Amino acid sequence: MTAGPAISRRRLLAGGLAAGAGFAVGGLGGFGVARESQAADPQTVVEPFYGVHQAGIATAAQERIQFAAFDVLTSKRDELQALLRSWTSAAALMATGKPVGDPAGDPNAPPIDTGEALELGPARLTLTFGFGPSLFAGPGPDRFGLAALRPAALADLPPFAHDELDPTISDGDLCVQACAEDPQVAFHAIRDLARIGRGTVAIRWAQLGFGRTSSTTAAQATPRNLLGFLDGTNNVHGDDQPTMDANIWVAAGDDPPWMRAGTYLVARRIRMRIEAWDRDSRGDQEATIGRHKVSGAPLGGVNERDTVDLAALGPDGKPVIPMAAHIRLAAPATNGGIRILRRGYSFTDGIDSLTGQLDGGLFFACFQRDPRTGFVPVQTRLAASDALNEYIVHVGSGLFAVPPGIAEGGYIGQTLFG
Amino acid sequence: MTSCRTAGLALAALVLVAACGGSATPIPIASSVPVVGSTGPEASIPTAADAVSTYRAYIEMNTDLLVTRTKAFTDAVIAGKLAEAKALYAPAREPYERIEPVAEVFGDLDPAIDARINDVPAGGTFTGFHRIEEALWTKNSTAGMAPIAKKLQADVIQLQALVKTVDLDPATIANGAVGLLNEVSSSKITGEEDRYSHTDLWDFEANVVGAQEAWNSVKAFVVARSPDLAATIDSGFAAVLAGLDPFKKGDGFVSYTVLKPADTLALSQLIDALADPLSQVAAIVVTAQ
Repeated sequence: MTAGPAISRRRLLAGGLAAGAGFAVGGLGGFGVARESQAADPQTVVEPFYGVHQAGIATAAQERIQFAAFDVLTSKRDELQALLRSWTSAAALMATGKPVGDPAGDPNAPPIDTGEALELGPARLTLTFGFGPSLFAGPGPDRFGLAALRPAALADLPPFAHDELDPTISDGDLCVQACAEDPQVAFHAIRDLARIGRGTVAIRWAQLGFGRTSSTTAAQATPRNLLGFLDGTNNVHGDDQPTMDANIWVAAGDDPPWMRAGTYLVARRIRMRIEAWDRDSRGDQEATIGRHKVSGAPLGGVNERDTVDLAALGPDGKPVIPMAAHIRLAAPATNGGIRILRRGYSFTDGIDSLTGQLDGGLFFACFQRDPRTGFVPVQTRLAASDALNEYIVHVGSGLFAVPPGIAEGGYIGQTLFG
Repeated sequence: MTSCRTAGLALAALVLVAACGGSATPIPIASSVPVVGSTGPEASIPTAADAVSTYRAYIEMNTDLLVTRTKAFTDAVIAGKLAEAKALYAPAREPYERIEPVAEVFGDLDPAIDARINDVPAGGTFTGFHRIEEALWTKNSTAGMAPIAKKLQADVIQLQALVKTVDLDPATIANGAVGLLNEVSSSKITGEEDRYSHTDLWDFEANVVGAQEAWNSVKAFVVARSPDLAATIDSGFAAVLAGLDPFKKGDGFVSYTVLKPADTLALSQLIDALADPLSQVAAIVVTAQ
């Protein structure tokens, strides 16, 4: 599979992503080295599917996401396992840019691969799978005999102040995060996985994100979110192994054993009150976030990566970074050193038909070793006091255990089913 | 935005942002030349102190009214007079909704008085108007509400005292007007504010009227600098208030559940059409002083 006419129009991306691509394909030897030296077209770059950890977490954040949560329709454990095996095979093919089956086979049968990603190349596609609390009985019956294996860290998220969660875009038994440089490659992956699973699983909710709002390697430039601010300046970097091991990956001594080398995903659909934000003065926007709008520097600083000085006082004796500023409340220093890996994407789903206002915002996804000491305390603090709460509302939520990666021949989730 | 970024003086920067905001009316770059004397009689331009004292009087009039009406409401709740309490609920909230951005300055007081159930964190206590609203409309009862009513009464009395200490300047007043309209577009327009009583339109009108009063107290600055903008804002307020007219009933409004999706959409668009030009005002009043 080679990238076709798409190459030229995407070439402008290549320079900025070169270093990240080199990291990503390093495991493939000569191919990776060649790519790095030529500033590869990301459309042609393969992210390794097999590994100790699942792809799509430490991976340099791709530009697009198609996320989907699924309900499991079967109550037969062997059918669920068979689905995970089928999904694993299909995911391994798609990650290398191959179709999941012959798109030009028997003329009397529907094509096996749906075809819309032919010629688009692998586009750094990663597929990351997770298991929701409801797969482990949750509030319902123990359909698959997994209740005893539910990780303590997969504790239901508490309600947070100001949440307006819609159950039709929350939760799920399974999730798949498809990230790629090309939105159609990401969409194709979810579509074909849903098709393979039809009858066994059904999509519960899905979210397309059109632009990354985090950088997850030191080499990536910090992107802007829909508030117009640089986002994720001080994110955890996937290539920072000590920080990843301490904060993101489930460690060798952590329970349950089947989750070791895995992680936990919290996804939140955060709607922005875009019209109200656009009426706010630049000074107040900057006080709300705690950074300068254009430079991205923390208030009191000059450059984006200047140290965030939470103790600094202005001439008026007040904190330079206000007490309710978003970056103060989200900072590891305010949260006992908690660090989570953010991998969010901007989204828009047209307009809210009730108000005529834009339905857009941040599809926030974060990974951590334990949400009880990661997302939950940080979000509790933000929900209580963040000045940004005037302009955002959390409307969807999902929590998933992301099992470890696999070697060739294995299948996603095999440590759970044993 | 490059030119906005390079503006050195805070004052000049504010004006430039307004100019970059795409207003139909060009806004002049900050000038050290006083506008007074060149565009009209000096008497037509108020001082910042005039604007502040006008609006401060409006705030205090409303907190006084809030205390009086809340007393009547909470007395009815404590006495177990269900129908009377229901009738007094929306009118009691009205003065609060006119000046809400000022109340929000005082930390925990606004949530204590006006939190909706989903604003309360896990383990927190749900108090204030909406707690009583829930009991009155979903349980059709005042049972257990006496302590909540007493606390509400104490909280509004505390607010009445605290607003006398609040720092105000014309830009803050102008931004408060925008904040009131944002309140409408974020929670009133969706029917979330008074989800049990469906008296949202009372709050809706109070937010708009409060914003209009804030606007009136700083309007003269804008008339002098940008008369077209002032006229746009005036007609925007008139359009929103006219948009509410069909839903008036007696001394108040019909239930929010009567509104059809097209009604809600039209009101939402009127609010946005007013709030955007209003958001240009703060930068102008800073320059004009």
